[in-house]
Amino acid sequence: MIVRILGEGQYDLSDDAVDALNELDAKVESAIEAGDDAAFHSALAALLDGVRTAGVPHEAETLDSSDLILPMADATLAEVKDMLSGDGLIPG
Amino acid sequence: MSMWQRISLIFRSKANKALDRAEDPRETLDYSYQRQLDLLAQVRRGVADVATSRKRVELQINQLQVQSDKLQGQAEQAITVQREDLAREALTRKSGLTSQITDLKTQQAQLQGEEEKLTLAQQRLSAKVEAFRTRKETIKATYTAAEAQSKINEAMSGIGEEMGDVGMAIQRAEDKTAQMQARAGAIDELIASGALEDASSLNQGDDIARELEAMSSQSDVEAELAKLKAGHQPEAIEAADDGGDILEAEPQAQANDAAGEQK
Repeated sequence: MIVRILGEGQYDLSDDAVDALNELDAKVESAIEAGDDAAFHSALAALLDGVRTAGVPHEAETLDSSDLILPMADATLAEVKDMLSGDGLIPG
Repeated sequence: MSMWQRISLIFRSKANKALDRAEDPRETLDYSYQRQLDLLAQVRRGVADVATSRKRVELQINQLQVQSDKLQGQAEQAITVQREDLAREALTRKSGLTSQITDLKTQQAQLQGEEEKLTLAQQRLSAKVEAFRTRKETIKATYTAAEAQSKINEAMSGIGEEMGDVGMAIQRAEDKTAQMQARAGAIDELIASGALEDASSLNQGDDIARELEAMSSQSDVEAELAKLKAGHQPEAIEAADDGGDILEAEPQAQANDAAGEQK
């Protein structure tokens, strides 16, 4: 699977690794729903670290689209909410 | 649906909107390539803009540091003339500058981070744009309009995702830079208005400097007075009391000089 961390680039991850990271993803999501800023930042950092550790950088000279896209490491809770609502940050 | 799946879907639907424009899908490739080159130029400008802001902040840090060093010097000077009140005032002002310097150093680090991120984004986008150019030529040479669509979709969604990512990175860098420029502007104004200059620089009319100067000129006057007294009064007294000593000492000194010259 190809996973993109916004602002960092794409990583190749095995399906197993992605499954393992889903738990961390769920923590990020529940922090967003709860509006808990501190929990959000630590959960996002853990998730992105997991991707960087389990993955290898995807070859740069390709035009492959990612299977999954994650927010940038310094994203704020508000920014991620905007992303999820479909307007806001992502240039159309 | 998980967070990352939702974000991916939203990204993809935005990237795909660009596909609906041209009649011959192969024209979409050229249109997109042009937009990629524009974006690449925009990233380069972004890197340069952030670098300019960073240098401006660095210049301000240096200016404030010079002023802070001057205040430190004034405090030391004040202590040597036993004016603790002045030394305290100088150190108080210095601590105000120190917190501003700390704040600016944080900004400098942030700008440096943005600069590095944008530079990496530029490298990633360059690699993708080059890959797209090659793919575009291959598609145009190999496929008819009807056949090309799926190949074009693939190439477009890959590059579209990268463009969305880079576009967002530029936007964020610009927002951060704009915020910092507003604060940097305020500090420039403060420096230009002389508010900081006056508080610290010697000989430019601030009160600590004035007092120290007054004290040093006062002590200069005292020293001159003492010199004058030493020059005149003792001579008058010595001349009256035992003037012979001076006259005796003189020839001896001359004799020593003469001996030195002969060697």
